[in-house]
Parts: sequence; structure tokens; C-alpha cells
Amino acid sequence: MDARRPAAGVRRTPGSRAVIEDPSAASQQAVESVLADMARAGDGDRGVVVDSPPGAGKTTLVVRAARALTESGETTMIIAQTNNQVDDLIERLAAELPDVPLGRLSAEAYTPPDGVNRLANVAVDTGIDGLGECRIVLGTAAKWARVRDHHRRWAIVDEAYQMRSDALLLVAHLFDRGLFVGDPGQLDPFTVVETARWTGLSYDPRLNAIDVLLAHNEELPTHRLPVSWRLPASAAPLVSRAFYPFTGFQAGTSEGTRRLEFTTRGLRSPLDDTLETARRAGWALHELPARHTLRTDPQAAEAAAGLAARLLTRGAVAVCERHPDGRPIGPGDIAIGVAHRDQADQIRRALAALGVPGITVDTANRLQGREFEVVVVVHPLSGRRDATAFHLEAGRLCVLTSRHRQACIVVARAGITDLLDAYPSTDPIHLNVPVKFPDGWEAHQAVLTQLTAHRVSAPD
Amino acid sequence: MSGLLTVLEKMHAARTGYARPLRRFRHHHLVDEPLVIVPLKLAGEAAAPLGCAVGTDPDEPVLLTVPQPRNRDLQHAFFTDLAHVVLGYVAARQGETEEVVPRGGEPRLRYADAPQILVPNRPALDHLGLTGRLTRFQETEDDVPLLGRWLTFFADRAEYPGSSLALALTDLLTAQWATGQSDLEDANLAMLLAWICPPEGTTGAAAAQVAENPLDFPPAGPATDPDFDGLVLQPAVQGYDRAVDAGDPVAAARAEAKVREAVTSQLMPTWRLMWKGLRRLRELPEAAGCEQRWAADRDRFTRHVDRIAEGGPPQPRHDHAVAAAARLATLERAQSRFEAQQAVDDPFVLAELRTTGEAFGGTVVAGEPDRTEVTAKGRTVLRPRLTVRTEDPVRVDDDQAYVCPDRPKQNVRIREIAEDESGCLLVLDVVSGMGTVKKPVPIPEPGETVRYTRVPPQWGGQDFPAPEETPWTHGGPPPGSEEPQGAEQ
Repeated sequence: MDARRPAAGVRRTPGSRAVIEDPSAASQQAVESVLADMARAGDGDRGVVVDSPPGAGKTTLVVRAARALTESGETTMIIAQTNNQVDDLIERLAAELPDVPLGRLSAEAYTPPDGVNRLANVAVDTGIDGLGECRIVLGTAAKWARVRDHHRRWAIVDEAYQMRSDALLLVAHLFDRGLFVGDPGQLDPFTVVETARWTGLSYDPRLNAIDVLLAHNEELPTHRLPVSWRLPASAAPLVSRAFYPFTGFQAGTSEGTRRLEFTTRGLRSPLDDTLETARRAGWALHELPARHTLRTDPQAAEAAAGLAARLLTRGAVAVCERHPDGRPIGPGDIAIGVAHRDQADQIRRALAALGVPGITVDTANRLQGREFEVVVVVHPLSGRRDATAFHLEAGRLCVLTSRHRQACIVVARAGITDLLDAYPSTDPIHLNVPVKFPDGWEAHQAVLTQLTAHRVSAPD
Repeated sequence: MSGLLTVLEKMHAARTGYARPLRRFRHHHLVDEPLVIVPLKLAGEAAAPLGCAVGTDPDEPVLLTVPQPRNRDLQHAFFTDLAHVVLGYVAARQGETEEVVPRGGEPRLRYADAPQILVPNRPALDHLGLTGRLTRFQETEDDVPLLGRWLTFFADRAEYPGSSLALALTDLLTAQWATGQSDLEDANLAMLLAWICPPEGTTGAAAAQVAENPLDFPPAGPATDPDFDGLVLQPAVQGYDRAVDAGDPVAAARAEAKVREAVTSQLMPTWRLMWKGLRRLRELPEAAGCEQRWAADRDRFTRHVDRIAEGGPPQPRHDHAVAAAARLATLERAQSRFEAQQAVDDPFVLAELRTTGEAFGGTVVAGEPDRTEVTAKGRTVLRPRLTVRTEDPVRVDDDQAYVCPDRPKQNVRIREIAEDESGCLLVLDVVSGMGTVKKPVPIPEPGETVRYTRVPPQWGGQDFPAPEETPWTHGGPPPGSEEPQGAEQ
């Protein structure tokens, strides 16, 4: 599951990366070379893989590729993983390709959102037969798996690292070659079934689609997008170093382009101290006293909800390249990320008690692919007595710390350093299973080191 | 399981010194005559058999031992003896059949009975699987390859949540009771049983401490106590080797008896614990869902018998890509179904789910039993609605149907949640089992206490491609894919 494998031809050691002078040009060039590889694909070729760090313009690439394929006379299928992803993509595509008939393959129970209903060039149908005229047809992997006797030369598989390889197995007969796009640093797909039965097999159904694809098709060209347009200059270096050590990236914006401001004065309270730290540094660690707690730690939940609410009360304004004059931050710009669903439920209740609606609270799994101005994270190891593989998983921490455009605030109990010392990675090493790198333990250390510099001690 | 109530019960157990029940019912079917197997292996070897106690009669186990476990001929003799017992047991379950007529399908026959293998713990199940792999590809004329195929079948089935064809006693016991010791200690059968059925006059905690002594309670295997290995077993095996080297058949027989005596001393205490635990489990009432799951087990058994009778090949070394994906899908469905069914059958399990919001309970505060809706096709249908006040932290999943165990045919969906300071109000739409406008089925009335849990997902699933159609993304068709193979689905 070495999702962070060095891309072809860019094998480098951490830290020795050249600085990109012109991020726009570098991004553009990366996209062009993907399109050139796709245009070159001949009979025996199976497609292209593109690794994309958080917010690196994956959707833009998908839209460009779909346009290029359509212009060269191909009919294309697009496979995404969730209905939301399909709807987001179809809205983007419809806007950029208004003259191309688009098809939305959907389940019986699916009701298209208003945004999709309004689109003139989109047809929605539960069967592929009703979409025969459409040049581009989009659907979830689960829905495509039910399609029989249909074939297209090209498929674009979006969020392919979130796709389990057994889902790819069910749709692969539909196309000859694919553009596989995804973020290798995110959470691997998972299963509730525990068995060592397939460990070490190249087609282990629990692996993600790209790992299995590349294991059997080594010659597939692998590209990567070099610039994150989401992460601010304060965050990109850490996220790159901690989670993408071999295929790093850098921020598209420079220092000072993104800025948080408060329109009201703060009190001398720990919440305000934390917000002030986050405003200045782009990071803050809101540290509660050390204690072993249930995973639904009431004080941590209260602090996370309190920080988000306080951010609104303080009238935070975000300055960025899109809004150089600043834009007030609303509840929709804030997310609270956690590891477990019961923690999310608990924080939603805490927010409801504070009377603050509209803030997104969800687990790392569900925050994947989403973007916010400010993200409050309840640290997965906060208050824990042990560090399990689940809580140490690098992908989980990566998702939580790479959703923001302005600042990321981590709420944690003190003592995580000791916990990490007491629980070094002890995952068994299996034959034929590539070592996962970086491992969660190391990634946690890297993030914690950075956060320690922006720590605010808070009482219980 | 480490839910809130389980943790609480563990703490109660630790404080009181007695195990606490976690479930009101037993969720695995137990047959009248299970085949108990206690296997032991040689330390440092993957699957070299040292001996085993096997049989269906608590008073008369068949004791099989290997005087020199590294000797392949002696290993084979052991497997031959084991095959005799296991295959005889399996054959005896192939008597009566019953006809099953699935809705809209072909009628099929299935055996009215099926074998059930009970071993002390998980590692013993893994060991049976390894033994199966070791023997099923052997090309001998005797029954050893067939033994391998059956052991593989049992080990494969043991992974299926809810299957009762091959069970580990520690799994059954820990599902049923919380003890005051750690999960690691619970894996020790002697200590676990000491907590659950302590001798008269002592607490479980005290009895477990006594059971820690490996001299009185040797490990339940398949690994043996290292002191026993070094002090007893090794000299005995060396004695056997010397006698064989010297060509002295009398001394060899005497040495063999010595090894046998030593290994038996390690087997018998566990053998007795197996039956003690089994007796205790039989006292528990069986959950309603067991019947259906046991029927599925008997179907699997029947299919495996047919497969062998038809001369099919042994299970492959590895699943190929399609078989692996199909098996994973089956396992995931089985697990989600088993979990949901347990909550429907067992109020203790449902209570645990209420702490996490997967199930909920409360009081009906309002009902509209004769509410109707007009469908898209213009038909008027009965859609009763009720409002339930709950203090549970309800979590809403899209499209999730819920069922009340007291009304197993009536499904509801959450329509709306309104929260206030004392809890929340749930508006529930009855979506099935409500009857018709003319013949309505009663719904819960205001004032009634209700609890709802997830409806167990029905069978059904994905069509996987044939192995010879394995796509290029997964390496293409496996070699020799024209032969049917792969994990049975």
C-alpha cells in the first residue's frame, strides 16, 4: 500500500526538492504532459495515472481531459466514488462544455440536486440505454458495476485512491484504457473483514485501485501535480514533508497572500489565544491537560465547538487571492474534523447547544476531497491510552490537516508525545507487501513537532 | 467488541470478581454431537503435529500422538488416523436430506444435519487451516488429501461471521460474558472458564489466578508450554530417536508410549475444559436467528459434499482475483447481517447499539395510524406515522430502515428529527408491514415503549465476472482458469 511511492522519474530524497518559481506554469505544464500522454496512447496502452496532492487542481485536470477526449472524437465514461463527487463533477463539466451532451447514470432512489436539474445539457437515467447519445457519461463506481454490454475506449476514474480494487474489478471490462486520478496521501479504503487470507497478493481486494492497477501494469506512466492551490504557504511545506516525502509539492500562493483578520477584539481567554495563534501562524495547538478519556471526550468536544463558534463571534475575515479585500467567514467555511462518528455526533450536539448552525462536522473519511477556510481538528490520539493502527494511520491525519485554505486548529490532550513513544509502529511486515511510507508514527511525529511551536495551554 | 456497556460490564466483573453476561441469547447454533478437536503442534514448526485429542464423546477421546513430529512418515500416519475420525464424523452427517424451494428458484436438496467442529481457540482454527493446506495437495491414495479438503473447508467457514460449522470456544465464551481480565488473558481458555464457572466457593478472579499455573492447566494449544517442551517432551522424543537408531523395536515402542503419555498429559486438561465450556454454553437459550444461519451452513456443507462427489479439484492455494473480491463481498454482507440480526434477537446487543446511536428506544408520544399517501402512480397507500421521544444519541443514516424486535415484520424510516433540551423527537414513517387501508396492521400506540434497530440487510449482491474474464487491471485471467477453482462462494 505504498501510495506515496515516488512517481516515475522523480525519485528524490526528502528535502532536496527544487523550488518551483512559477507555480501556475508548473501546474499547467503538468496537466499538458498528462494530456500529451493520453493523446499518444495507442492500441496496447492502458492509460495514465496522476497523483494529486490536496487541492492541486484534480477536478480541473479531469475537466480538461474530458474536453480533450471529446474534441478528439472519443466517447468517455467518468467513474467517481460517491454521488456528491459525481454531482460536483457534472456541474463543472456542464459549465465548461455547454454544447456536449452529458449523461448522469443514477440509482433508482437518487434525486438529483437542484444544481444538476438546472443543467440543460445533462440527461439523468437509471440505465445506460437511456444515455446512448451522451458523449460523456458519469456515474459512481457502484452504479457502473451494474452496467452490462457497454463499452467505451476511455474512462476517467476520479478519486481512484479512495476506490477499493474490487470495485475496479467490476468496472474494468467497460473500458480499454483509463485516466486514473487521485490523492495518494488520503485514507486507504477499508473493510470490516479481518483476514490474512489475501495479504501479499498483488490483487488483494482490500487494496486501493491504483496499487492493484500498477502492480499489474508497471508500464503505466505516472504523473503528479506539483502545486497545491488549497493549502496556504504556512501548511504546504509541513503536509508535503510529513505525508508526501518523495513526491512533495508546494503551495500555489506565496506567504502573505492568505491572511485571517478579526473584526472584534478578543478577550484574554484560551480560546482567543488559540485563535490569535492560528491567525498569525496558520496553525494552532489548543492543548488540554493530560488525561485518559473516552473517545467522546466532553472537554475536547466542547473546546472544538467553542473554537469554531468563537471564530464566528470574532467576525473573522479571510483575505486571499480570490478575495484580496477580504471576505467574512461564515459557518459554511468552517469544518470540524474527527476520527470517529460518535465524536462528530457529540460535537454537533455541542454546536447546537451553542446555537451555531451550519458548521460541517464529520469524520476524516467523509471530509476527504472537501475544502474549507478554517478547520478545527480533534487529534485522533487525544486522550487515548494506546495508539492503534487506526489512530496512527497517516492518511487520517493527512486528510484532517490538509482541508484548509487559511488555518488549521488542533485540539488535543497533552501527552501525545509520550503516547507515541510508548507505542512505536508494531505492524507486522508481510512478504510481498510494500512498506507503507511514511508510516503513521513518523507522520504524527512530524506534525506534532510543528504544532508544538504553536501551542496554547488551556484549562479543562 | 469494546462498546460502552461492554467496558462497564468488564469493570463490574473486575470489581465483583464474577463474570457478567453480555448477551441474553447464544447466537451460534450448537449441535447435539459436535466433534471436539484439541490440536497440539511442535514448537518452532509451522504445522508439525505433536498430537491431538479428538472425538464426540467427552469420556472417550481419540488420542493421537506423533513420537517424532519431524518425521514425515509418522506425520502421515497421524493424518491418516485423524482422517479416519474426521471423515467418519462428516460422513455420518450425510444421512437425511430435505428439499428447499427458494422463491423463484430451482428446488434443491440439503442435508438435515451438518458437522460442527469445536476447537479451544482462534490459533487452533488457524492451525487446522494450515494442516488442511499441508495435506490437501498430497498425492497419496489414502484419505489424507480428502482430510485436507475438509479441514480447509472448516477453516474457511470459520471466517464467515455467524457460521457455526467450525467454532473456537474462547470466541463463543467471550461473546457471552465479560470477565475482569484483559482480552489477552481471555484468550487463555483455562482462565476464561475459571472466570465464567469458578469452583464452588471461590470467585472467578481467584479461580483465574489458580488457572494461570501451566503445570495444572497446560496451554490449550496449539503451542505447548516451553517448560514442558524442554523438560519433558524433548527427552522423550530423543529417547524415541535413540531407540529407533539402535534398531530396538521394543525400546522404540516403550519410548513411543512415553511421548504419548507426555502429550496426553497436556491434552486431557484442555479436553475436559472443552466439554465443561460446552455444557455451560448449552444452558443458554439459542437466539432466533440461529435457525436461518444454520440452514445456510447446511447448504454450504451440502455443496461441499457435492463438489467432492463430482470430483472437483481441491481448494486452490490462493484465491484468484475474482474469487478474492467475491469472497470479500460475501464476508462483508455476512458480517453486517449477523451484527444487525443479533441486535434484533437480543435485547442486550440492542442496548449496546443504543449507546452509539445505531439503535434507539423511547416512548411513543403521537401516532397517525390511518395516515395515507398517494404514490407516483396515483394509488392511495397506508403510511402510518408515529412520533417517538428518545434520549438516545440517534444517528441518522440515509435510507436506513429500522425494525422493532417486537414487530419484526414492520419496518420504519426516520422522517425527521427535532431536538430539544430533554432529548429528541423522532418522526417515523412505517414503510412496510403496515397492512392496507382496508386491513391495517396495528402500529405502536401513544404511551408505548418501543426500541428500534437496523433491519438486517437481505442477501443478494454483485455479479462478479468469470475468472477467465479477469480484467487487465487485475492481471488478466489466472493461469489454468478454464478449470473451475477459487474459494467457493
